[in-house]
Amino acid sequence: MSLPSTIISDWLPGTLLDTDLWMSMCRQAAGLVGTIDIGQGGLWPTLAQFDGSFWMPVRASTAAGGVDDLFYFIFWLSFVFFFGIVGVMVLFVFRYRERPGHQAEETATHSTALEVTWSVVPLVLVIIIFWWGFQGFMEMSVPPSEGREILVTAEKWKFTFTYPNGYVDGDLHVPQGENILLTLNSLDVIHSFYVPAFRLKRDVVPGRYHKAWFNATEVGEYQAYCAEYCGTAHSDMLARVIVHPAGEYDAWLREASDFISTLPPAEAGAKVFSIRGCPACHSVKSESNVGPALDGLFGRTEHLEDGVDILADENYLRESILEPMAKVVGGYEPVMPTFQGRLSEDEVTVLIAYLKSLE
Amino acid sequence: MTELAQKPTIAHDDAGPNYLKAGSGALSWLFTLDHKRIGIMYMIGVSASFFLGGIIALLVRTELLTPGKTFVEADTYNQLFTLHGVIMVFLFIIPSIPAILGNFVLPLMLGAKDVAFPRMNLASFWFWLFGGVLALASMHMGAVDTGWTFYTPYSTTTNTSVTVTTLAAFILGFSSIFTGLNFIVTIHKLRPKWMGWFDMPLFLWSIYATAVIQILATPVLGITLMLLIAERTLGVGIFDPAMGGDPVLYQHFFWFYSHPAVYIMILPAMGIISELISVHSRKTIFGYTLIAYSSIAIAMFGFLVWGHHMFTSGQSGLMNMIFSALTFTVSIPSAIKVFNWLATMYKGEIRLNTPMLFALGFIFLFGIGGLTGLFLGALATDIHLHDTYFVVSHFHYVMEGGTVMAFVAGMFHWWPKMTGRMYSETWGRISALIIVVSFNLTFFPQFVMGSQGMPRRYYNYLEQFTGYHQMSTVGAYLLGLGFLIVAVTLVASLFTGKRAPANPWGGATLEWACASPPPHHNFAKTPDYRAPYDFSALRHDAEDGGYRSVPSEEV
Amino acid sequence: MSGNDQGHPPELAHHFDSMEEQHESSKQGMWLFLATEILLFGGLFCAYAVYRSLHPEVFIYAHQYLDKVLGGINTVVLITSSLTMALAVRAAQLGKRKHLVIFLALTLLGACGFLGIKYVEYSHKWHLGLLPGIHYDPVEDSHATESRAHPDGGEPPQDSSPTVTEAPEHAIELDVGAGLTPARAADQPLPEPEQYTAPTSELTAAPAGPAGLAVEAYGNDAHDLGPEPRLVQLFFSIYFLMTGLHGIHVLAGMAVISWVLVRSAKGHFRPDYYTPVENVGLYWHIVDLIWIFLFPLLYLIH
Repeated sequence: MSLPSTIISDWLPGTLLDTDLWMSMCRQAAGLVGTIDIGQGGLWPTLAQFDGSFWMPVRASTAAGGVDDLFYFIFWLSFVFFFGIVGVMVLFVFRYRERPGHQAEETATHSTALEVTWSVVPLVLVIIIFWWGFQGFMEMSVPPSEGREILVTAEKWKFTFTYPNGYVDGDLHVPQGENILLTLNSLDVIHSFYVPAFRLKRDVVPGRYHKAWFNATEVGEYQAYCAEYCGTAHSDMLARVIVHPAGEYDAWLREASDFISTLPPAEAGAKVFSIRGCPACHSVKSESNVGPALDGLFGRTEHLEDGVDILADENYLRESILEPMAKVVGGYEPVMPTFQGRLSEDEVTVLIAYLKSLE
Repeated sequence: MTELAQKPTIAHDDAGPNYLKAGSGALSWLFTLDHKRIGIMYMIGVSASFFLGGIIALLVRTELLTPGKTFVEADTYNQLFTLHGVIMVFLFIIPSIPAILGNFVLPLMLGAKDVAFPRMNLASFWFWLFGGVLALASMHMGAVDTGWTFYTPYSTTTNTSVTVTTLAAFILGFSSIFTGLNFIVTIHKLRPKWMGWFDMPLFLWSIYATAVIQILATPVLGITLMLLIAERTLGVGIFDPAMGGDPVLYQHFFWFYSHPAVYIMILPAMGIISELISVHSRKTIFGYTLIAYSSIAIAMFGFLVWGHHMFTSGQSGLMNMIFSALTFTVSIPSAIKVFNWLATMYKGEIRLNTPMLFALGFIFLFGIGGLTGLFLGALATDIHLHDTYFVVSHFHYVMEGGTVMAFVAGMFHWWPKMTGRMYSETWGRISALIIVVSFNLTFFPQFVMGSQGMPRRYYNYLEQFTGYHQMSTVGAYLLGLGFLIVAVTLVASLFTGKRAPANPWGGATLEWACASPPPHHNFAKTPDYRAPYDFSALRHDAEDGGYRSVPSEEV
Repeated sequence: MSGNDQGHPPELAHHFDSMEEQHESSKQGMWLFLATEILLFGGLFCAYAVYRSLHPEVFIYAHQYLDKVLGGINTVVLITSSLTMALAVRAAQLGKRKHLVIFLALTLLGACGFLGIKYVEYSHKWHLGLLPGIHYDPVEDSHATESRAHPDGGEPPQDSSPTVTEAPEHAIELDVGAGLTPARAADQPLPEPEQYTAPTSELTAAPAGPAGLAVEAYGNDAHDLGPEPRLVQLFFSIYFLMTGLHGIHVLAGMAVISWVLVRSAKGHFRPDYYTPVENVGLYWHIVDLIWIFLFPLLYLIH
């Protein structure tokens, strides 16, 4: 077979239709123009240490590099088109501005060649952008079959994370370099779990379970936000994502899960207090929030909304946690969720110990 | 310079006195059937809404000067941004160009005496007024705090006045439907015999495409809001997972209207830009046919892309892919228009007066807005950018940097026709400069914040974003100043402005063929054929400062 | 055309060149309005489709509470009224005033009949507590008393008060949904319907049917219906929303038919001017058409 026909029948179609090849070419082009160090490979490349840039946060997951590559591709494309358009506009405004002796010239009012060109070229470019975005999305959203499963529960206004051994924490702890499979569920309204450093976001909807996954590449602490408006304290519904070095994670989990038996009761209670997101509504520094401040509560007389006065003893504290609607303090809205069935006896006991310790 | 032809007779007597003088007293306005008066009433109401929504925006931005509380509590802040959205979208931007400039200019551009259904036009205004009053009243009944999108289940369980506000939006929807219905029939039926579809000015094509969206999409908003109200008042359960409902279904219903709604906002704006660029470059618009078709294409395709607001909502990958692909196809017609406008300016005689400056500002700002849409249409990047300030900035660039700029440009362009007065060019230009510069100061930092991960609708924020927020707030105040100057400049012209000639800009469309302000019945007889973008027959007349048509022998 | 009033009909508005132009514009406007009505109901049909595909058992079970006979009668009534409406338009075209008035009156009568039958249906549902959403509160009925089938579709017995103390002979075991236990043992007296309240939470929980309910149904033996599925109120919510919105449109139709009837009686219409009659006719046909879709979707489910 001659070389030309080989090219036509074999190489050319294979090359032109090889989207992976196009993708890696585009990635390289993006890399050349931006100051990005990118690697090759089928999966989204992991990167060497890279601080957040002007536009983007730190890249701390396997997905981040690919998302950023597309972002910069679109960015530079937009840059070129925008300054091209504005440049031409400014040039025309200057060159053809109204001034004595200058008249408008009749020009063609239509040019098929020109109009087709500036329809087809943008069309091709957006097709590329679409395809790249779609591919990246499928990799980001289809979870791998293996990984550590963690349940994310969202409610107004906190995230809680339940680990495979049943331990519940207010922060998301994961090991570096492992696939983490998240199952997301909301207890009330729609929230959204967003970790910018991982380029990860998924809405958390009541009545159903959503799946998300990521693989954290850098040890460190990252910010997670709620990204779907959910009411008063939407902007306080934050969480931390802590990426542990791979070898240290299991030990951490064991120790953390055991905290009730290893820590003194008041300290253990402080931990339950923070894990369960109580600070979102209750200050321990005498500040009024969605709920009353809890420092100095134990032993105090509380004025309830129905006019009754009550002594805040252990029984009152227990009832307030498990049946918060039974006695509502005057001046506050009855919005506290119940923890009946969600806290073990031990946890309630250490919580009360902690509250007693608050002066 | 050729001899000016005889003054063409604009038969004031047969067409009645100037419309501002035909009948006096408040009742002659509130019960008028004259499309011009209805347009003016809309102008007053809709502009007032813009300033109200703008003041609320300044309150929002002032709160955001510092992380944590600056001067209001979180609940109040949430109500403020909701109100800002509701007022700006439903009271201001959806009606703006069609109800004000469409109402005033459309029949004139057709050489017609009025719209097809003048009483329906008046009813449309009354619906707007009533809906607006109801929306403002809801502020005092426990102002809504759901965001202007009213997402369930939050909107079905919050104890603020969601029902009253959505009822107001429902009523406002009738106003929009009636306007659209009226314009469609007017364009079909009241064109002069010689004006075929492709002899129409492009502003009319854009109003037509807009009207089609108005009548087809708005009823879906109507049913969505009714379902929301039923959910709240009857506990129907259609959006409540505990009762077998689906909260995400609400989003589908809502965006099925609200995405085409953004094309209701931008299509008339693009129509205005087509007119202005052509007139103020003294050149026939380039690519008329493609611009006309692209308006219809945007209207049609705009119905197919609503899911791109829901990429993270849990809808299937297949749906995401389809919506993303269709979203990109809609971007092409808009790009085509921008290139056509530039080609129109080529070898023209470009005047940098106020309308043109705002039109050029539109190209600049809408360019940024449209291009940032690419980031959001692409799935992988949208996951990161959705519900962040990047989105907030994108839509402000297209809605404010786009539609509002075109609206203001159109106001300056047709002000002499509407009021018979010229305004101060100097102050007009100053306002354009202030607005374009401060707009970028306000919103460009928001792109950066967004891609850095700052979510939207946030009362509180992390320290690292403070600088961006403060820049944005300063810009917002300057932007407010710019718009204030626009208002003062225009209002001042009513008292101190020079009398306007019939055709101050040398436009070739029919609205310039009657006096400024137009007589009560617009035209004594239907005007003769003229090509909307053929300026060769127009000559400047130093005497009244305007332009006159000359007979073809003298062209 | 100048402002001169001579030589043209009084109904011609000043901005139209001819009666024909005005008439065609008017009709076009009405068709566009009908398009908006289709989009409006389209949203509800969409919701119906979504929920029926998600919960088919609910629809299959609950639609049995609808009386096919009454619904069928209503369908015939509406179709007939569309016929009389069309005949009215024809009469207007031909300038036959008396016939016009008579046919319009007959149409109005049909509309009244439709609403009357709807009232019967709605009030029966009210008595049975089959209402939308959180108001869904099915009456506990003894199998032995008023729960007999009503094959003629007549009025249900007025006395539906729960003073009957006979326990149902064949209490049906129901799946009452997670976490909710039967309200009472089978041999206790029936409580007042108003005392039964569904449990509530942040999001109102679904009230399940109470245990021991012998279901009220038309033309069916109570036992054939099988156990009541959860979320039955979803069907009734959709039923009331769709038929309710349709009913409002029938009311509006009656208003405009009355208006046109009065004008006809006063002799406002002629063969060269009867646009309002025609437009009202178009509106009425759409109202009829929507019912023709509603009826099988709600009443004739298999």
